Amino acid sequence: MDNKEKQKERILRVSGVNVLKCMKCGKCSGTCPSYDEMDYHPHQFVYMVEKGEIEPLLKSKSIYKCLSCFACVERCPRGVEPAKIVEAIRLEVIRKQGENHLKPNQIPQLLDEDLPQQAIVSAFRKYSK
Amino acid sequence: MQKIGVFVCWCGSNIAATVDVSAVSEALSHEPGVVYATNYQYMCSEAGQNTIKDAIKKYGLTGIVICSCSPRMHEATFRKTAAAAGLNPYMVEIANIREQCSWIHKDMATATEKAIILGKAAIAKVHLNAPLTASQSPVVKRALVIGGGIAGIQTALDIADAGFEVDIVEKSPTIGGKMSQLDKTFPTLDCAACILTPKMVDVAQHEKIKIYSYSEVEAVKGFVGNFEVTIRKKARYVNENVCTGCGLCTEKCPQKNVPNEFNLGMDKRRAIYIPFAQAVPKVATIDANYCMKLKTGKCGLCEKICTAGAIDYSQKDQLIEQKYGAIVVATGFNPIKLDNFEEYSYSQSPDVVTSLEFERITNAAGPTSGQLLRPSDGKHPHTIVFVQCVGSRDTSGCGKPYCSKICCMYTAKHAMLTREKYPDTDVYVFYIDVRTPGKNFDEFYRRAAEEYGVHYIKGMVGKVAPKADGKLMVQASDLISNEQLHIDADMVVLATAIEPDKSARPLATMLTASMDTNDFFTEAHPKLRPVESPTAGIFLSGTCQGPKDIPETVSQAGAAAAKVIGLLAKDTLTANPCVAHSDEMMCNGCSSCEKVCPYGAITYVDKEFRMPDRTVAIRRVAVVNEAVCQGCGACTVACPSGAMDLKGFSNSQIMAEVDAICK
Repeated sequence: MDNKEKQKERILRVSGVNVLKCMKCGKCSGTCPSYDEMDYHPHQFVYMVEKGEIEPLLKSKSIYKCLSCFACVERCPRGVEPAKIVEAIRLEVIRKQGENHLKPNQIPQLLDEDLPQQAIVSAFRKYSK
Repeated sequence: MQKIGVFVCWCGSNIAATVDVSAVSEALSHEPGVVYATNYQYMCSEAGQNTIKDAIKKYGLTGIVICSCSPRMHEATFRKTAAAAGLNPYMVEIANIREQCSWIHKDMATATEKAIILGKAAIAKVHLNAPLTASQSPVVKRALVIGGGIAGIQTALDIADAGFEVDIVEKSPTIGGKMSQLDKTFPTLDCAACILTPKMVDVAQHEKIKIYSYSEVEAVKGFVGNFEVTIRKKARYVNENVCTGCGLCTEKCPQKNVPNEFNLGMDKRRAIYIPFAQAVPKVATIDANYCMKLKTGKCGLCEKICTAGAIDYSQKDQLIEQKYGAIVVATGFNPIKLDNFEEYSYSQSPDVVTSLEFERITNAAGPTSGQLLRPSDGKHPHTIVFVQCVGSRDTSGCGKPYCSKICCMYTAKHAMLTREKYPDTDVYVFYIDVRTPGKNFDEFYRRAAEEYGVHYIKGMVGKVAPKADGKLMVQASDLISNEQLHIDADMVVLATAIEPDKSARPLATMLTASMDTNDFFTEAHPKLRPVESPTAGIFLSGTCQGPKDIPETVSQAGAAAAKVIGLLAKDTLTANPCVAHSDEMMCNGCSSCEKVCPYGAITYVDKEFRMPDRTVAIRRVAVVNEAVCQGCGACTVACPSGAMDLKGFSNSQIMAEVDAICK
């Protein structure tokens, strides 16, 4: 399984959504109050996850424009729950932030007087692997 | 000891490619009681059947085992073969070595081994078989059609034209059903009333057809050829035989505020009414829920003005008992309730209507006399949005999981007719898929889009909101241009999903006819027996079996009639002799079997028994009505004392089969 597929699997698992249930009616996008603010629309999230095209969604501003009002979930005739996919993509972005690494030579400039010693050790333990 | 012949079929390569047929016949020839074993390419062919007949005569066979396809396929064939050679047909056993062996295995050795075991089990059973004789029961030459819509009308006419008596039971005051409410019919656009009402008149005038209008089926007993049906003729407080249908009472009745169900509540009728001008029978009916005379005892105006003296406030429901040979179910459909679809504002705006309501609005006999006017202010709408699949293809639990089949076409019809009559109207149709399989159907839809300029948009309406200026804000997605649309519409028409009529479920219980999870009646075979219910003598016509349009309904109605005629043309029916019987010496009178019997075939009687010491004891024992019993075997399982047994499938026979397999 390549990275793209792993990423798709992760989105499906985290969201708990079966994208294959979608019959492409577009009611999610028809009902979405934030539609005009979005670059990718709810029905596209479902279809792009189905195709495994997660990368553009991670960079999309739509994930911050979604109000989580769940109107799409409420009105989808097939029970697909697009908002949960948007949520899963948002989580994926947040988790990626954990991939920032600390290198020993960066430590001195991050230090400040009030920072407890343990915090530095802990952060180093967490972010150096 | 039986003299058994074993016949192994190759079924071309269907069996022979996976099962070593000669090894099977060789192995089975050594079984006890087997005096002859052979194999042949096609046992069901004439040559194959002759092999069987010759062997029966030559070896004096008392039982035969055929190792072949499923008994569902050819058991009847081989029973006939045996009977032709003078052997009791119930001395034939089938070992299914095709569906249950060769088709599901790949390895020849294991498949052959299994085929031998299946053959041994059948041989073990034949040893215990006894000749059975089927009883004959007479056929009542009269059919009952439940439902008086186009399906019921067509079925009744076809049966009656073949010379058999038919009764139609219709729960509303007139026959005609949903088709009588329609304006035009796709794809030819003939007026529904113009093609339906002559048929309704034909029914009324046919000497072989009797209409029980305003009536319902109350109880059904009996079995194929001999159904006993109780019909409740509801009190309409008008003497049907006297009323001339002049309609004077329906004009003078002071109770004017009754929602008119024929126009789906969009206008009012009186408490005494005739549903529509061409109603059959054209007889007035008093609505007991609104009639002041019946509710308070004051009024009686209709009685005073009726010159025929037809009004009878003291009328009571009447129960009619009638016998029938066959029953046709034609209970039809209704649009679903839209309570789960609040996003379309159906309950908030009168300008959001269902397609059937739109049909009434455009009908010349409807509440607006055929003028396309908005229900809210009676003005001409200039922008109309049609929404397809409202509640259809919905697995979320709000609607129905199936496609309602007729909506794509009637929406194209509505859109086209609107543009035809009012070219200044903008018409949008939001669709998920446009499904138009049918003769001239796709051409019709394309004509709506190409010649009439109906805007077909691939996408769904997300919400409809009434605005302060009286317009409706329609928010929808256009999937092809990938944009969200906001349309100010004057009217929204919802292509509402259809569901079987609510009366179908209790009726199915009365008829012991099976239904699917959506309450559509199940057919005996989806391809090969589409108009018969699995319950013998029950036939299906129209949308009670699944969504369908008028041409399809009429074809199916004719097909159901043909099946009924085939049944009623027989003088007697041969009953299945594989029925339950009770050993009364073992029966302890517990009633367990009576409770589980789905056909009501078991009753209990008090019977005198001589006891050993010359006394007489009266015991309560079960008696099976063999004509009613369908041989399901539920009673044999329920019986705690082992008194109940099924002929042809006795407990000892089944145990012998199991023993043969486990040996």
